[in-house]
Amino acid sequence: MTAGTANVIETRNLTRRYRDQLALDNVDLDIAGGRIYGLLGRNGAGKTTLMSILTAQGFESSGEVRVFGEHPFENDRVLRRLCFVRESQKYPDDFTAANAFASAGLLYPNWDAGFAASLAEEFSIPVKRRLKKLSRGQLSAVGVVLGLASRADITFFDEPYLGLDAVARQIFYDRLVEDFAEHPRTIMLSSHLIDEVALLLEHVIVIDSGRIVLNDDAENIRGSAVTITGTADVVEAFIAGYPVLHREALGSLVSATVEQRLDDAGRREAAELGLQLTPVSLQQLIVRKTLQADGAEKPSGTAATDSLEAFR
Amino acid sequence: MIDDSRPIFQQIAERVEGDILDETLKEESQVPSTNEFAAFYRINPATAAKGINLLVDEGILYKRRGIGMFVAPGARESVLKKRREQFYEQYVRPLTIEARKLGIDGTQLAGLIQRSAVDTEGSMAP
Repeated sequence: MTAGTANVIETRNLTRRYRDQLALDNVDLDIAGGRIYGLLGRNGAGKTTLMSILTAQGFESSGEVRVFGEHPFENDRVLRRLCFVRESQKYPDDFTAANAFASAGLLYPNWDAGFAASLAEEFSIPVKRRLKKLSRGQLSAVGVVLGLASRADITFFDEPYLGLDAVARQIFYDRLVEDFAEHPRTIMLSSHLIDEVALLLEHVIVIDSGRIVLNDDAENIRGSAVTITGTADVVEAFIAGYPVLHREALGSLVSATVEQRLDDAGRREAAELGLQLTPVSLQQLIVRKTLQADGAEKPSGTAATDSLEAFR
Repeated sequence: MIDDSRPIFQQIAERVEGDILDETLKEESQVPSTNEFAAFYRINPATAAKGINLLVDEGILYKRRGIGMFVAPGARESVLKKRREQFYEQYVRPLTIEARKLGIDGTQLAGLIQRSAVDTEGSMAP
């Protein structure tokens, strides 16, 4: 592949089957380099399976995977350019954070030891204590430091913040944006805290039951849906012909979320009809899209409340 | 600070325009870098760059190679012109619709606007 313009990751019909379960179902992805991607979806949607295959820590059942134009399995040319921070990373038994950082220095060509040290201090990681003895949050912080300071060409963060409090998560987001601005590279961040990361993402991929249900630039998604509230007949007349993602009624009031970008004229018309327009956050939109995708498979919509919970 | 109703790059551009309007950013002064905007608003740097480039395309900001982004001469005047054009749609129409709902007629509304103009005089920069 040619440098610069080509995709850093490509998959075609990528499928992973665990016995009778499809963890990934014919996934086609083209990931261009130099952006922050959000890989979003419910628990068990296939996010970790996908990232594991891309980093050769898991295997496809069928289909194609190309990372920097090659299959990543036992491919050092590819693997040395990747860093995968797992939700529960395993380390050798007697390792300290200092040991982990030293190993990372040997492993990652772009490792920045000074950056790692300053991050470790900011996250208050006791670098000389054995990792076994660290709290869940401290252990997650170690993973975050490894991911950031490795400055790998592609860095995968898979739900990196189990046990991290809101302050520590904010430090992570701030340092990620700053360091990405200074050292552009490809970041793939999986998260179910969608509202927290929404502004950081340039591109959003939503996966559900192993399938890609949304794959678009964050700015295209923003404002692509709107919730319209008002008297039932007025709302229904206004939304006629728009794809409805969700509808709720309260007495004579109806609140409908439609996948439709309203222009100024549309907004003005809504206002003059006495309709109230509420923006739909990325998180709400993804919940709705996911439920819609689920609904297409299952005739009964019993999973609705569970799904909403899973995103909180 | 940033809401979900519209693209972020647009909101960033409007904030910079707001700063030019109230002269926080004066003409010929340097604008923060894209990365500084990204860090300040905690947004993706590419999104910040898109907002800034929008203003470059409109001639409100200009680029000095190797130095950075600056407010163009006449920028405040063009932002004023643009905002005045939007004023009717953005503020006056919704105000009139709400007034009608409350049974306030045109004359009463004009009186209220006049009163508010007196009340708020001197409370903001010109």
